[in-house]
Amino acid sequence: MSVFINKKWRPYLFIAPSVILLVGFLFYPIANVFVLSLQNYNPAKPYANGFTGFDNFVQIFTNDKIFYSTLSISLKWVLSEVVLQLILGLILALLLNQTFRFRGLARAAAFLPWAISGVITATMWSIMFNEHFGVINDLLKKIGIISQNIAWTASPDTAFGSIVTAELWRGIPFFAITLLAAMQNIPGELYESCKVDGGGRWRSFFSITLPYLKDTIVLTTLLRAVWEFNNVDLIFTMTGGGPANMTMTLPMYIANQAIKSNNYGYGSALTVIGVILLTLFAALYLKFSGFGKEE
Amino acid sequence: MNHKLERLYSHFIYRYLPLTVLLLFIMIPFYWTINTSLKHEANITKMPIQYLPTPATLENFILSWNNVGFSIFFRNSMFIALATVLIVLILSILAGYAISRFQFKGKNAFMLLLLCTQFVPGAMLLIPLFMQFKAMSLTGTHLGLIITYSAFQLPFNAILMSGFIRGIPEALEEAAEVDGCNRLQAIYHVILPILVPGLVATSVFTFIGAWNEFLFALMFITKKPLFTLPVGLSYMQGEFDINYGALAAGSVIALVPVVILFSYVQKYLVQGLGAGAVKG
Repeated sequence: MSVFINKKWRPYLFIAPSVILLVGFLFYPIANVFVLSLQNYNPAKPYANGFTGFDNFVQIFTNDKIFYSTLSISLKWVLSEVVLQLILGLILALLLNQTFRFRGLARAAAFLPWAISGVITATMWSIMFNEHFGVINDLLKKIGIISQNIAWTASPDTAFGSIVTAELWRGIPFFAITLLAAMQNIPGELYESCKVDGGGRWRSFFSITLPYLKDTIVLTTLLRAVWEFNNVDLIFTMTGGGPANMTMTLPMYIANQAIKSNNYGYGSALTVIGVILLTLFAALYLKFSGFGKEE
Repeated sequence: MNHKLERLYSHFIYRYLPLTVLLLFIMIPFYWTINTSLKHEANITKMPIQYLPTPATLENFILSWNNVGFSIFFRNSMFIALATVLIVLILSILAGYAISRFQFKGKNAFMLLLLCTQFVPGAMLLIPLFMQFKAMSLTGTHLGLIITYSAFQLPFNAILMSGFIRGIPEALEEAAEVDGCNRLQAIYHVILPILVPGLVATSVFTFIGAWNEFLFALMFITKKPLFTLPVGLSYMQGEFDINYGALAAGSVIALVPVVILFSYVQKYLVQGLGAGAVKG
């Protein structure tokens, strides 16, 4: 009898530590953020702390100009990152899927930025973007594209483009890796028969490669969109959301509320809005992209 | 002959030219950081810009390691990352084993729990997790970070591990059980030795994730002796007078372990990540 109980409960003993960790430190805090969002909570102003109903949300929607601008900047950020990373990652995967000498080395080098942290990426690019002694100004002056040094990360016209470039550098390998992996599952005979039928490079790409990659592309772009939306490290280090909030995405704004202003209640309300937006986005994206459906 | 030229031309346009451009874009930041880290401080800001560090020096590395505090940041990051790896390894072996070997009620719910976490936004946990740790007196400690990173890294690695375990024939453990082992002993003596490539892959992914994390480390840790490498790098850039040589050297120091580990596992990436984790 004790053996029977032992066997029946065994799987649960195996997963128990994982469940405790995930529920206690991922799902409980997510639930908690909803409760916090209804409070005024700032450790620096304890006299004002307490439940305030929907005050935070009213304040956000009626009185917070930065909030509305973070929404459009977040959208711009996610769109430009996902689209550019997907296109360049796909090109890179196609190139690295061919056979040539030193392919292993080229792959290892091309994938490396995937493992580099947002802070190091930001640091490396900040040094290159530096107004006075940055290599980017120097190179662009040498080829004659610009005549005067540009303060890339500090000027309102170029700050957003600078962070997009740096993050693009780190993001291309993710698509290159996952798409290359998916390409290796495409049966080689398909390309053979396409060749026999007189199809060239472009036709085999559009009629074989792309349809085969569709599900992978849908899933990876969704994962990437969620991930890039939440990506704060690089922006925090490169621009801190500036200049004049030109690079302030919603999560960057939340991080500022949490780390700099200590407005935990207000920040939680912003978080709730972020979670709802993300969930809606993911559900709609999966529905309209027809993920998993056969052609 | 003409045909050969055409082929050469097509290879150049469709292969080597775009490949070179993309690889240059990828490699230049690495080169420039190393180049900067090896220059004398005065030469970094001097015009015209030096494309080679002449003369090369290690003074930036000595400065950042001894004076700025990177030896301490490095030790902190290493301790946190290794502790996270240990926890994630144990939990993901157990969970991965349960998924791939047992049939039980609630298995689908558990799988869903793991998959859902892929969509849990990290930045969104910043405030509630901070409040929770504050109540548990875990803010300002490395333990708080280790717990956070373990929770973040576990789901992906548990799924990865279940794939590796599924590839091992179950008959092996059954034979061990006939020989008098219980299931945990069978896992320890029979499965683990075969599972080494899976353990290495899981460890490296977890290590890189914990090593690189910034936001929670910034939020939870306020005392400089407890800083991790990313927080140290960010802190340096917040100072009024930035020492770019030491900053570049600090970046290189933070890069080294990641580059070494990555070059070891990158061949698994295309096989494992695509087939296992992303396609579900």
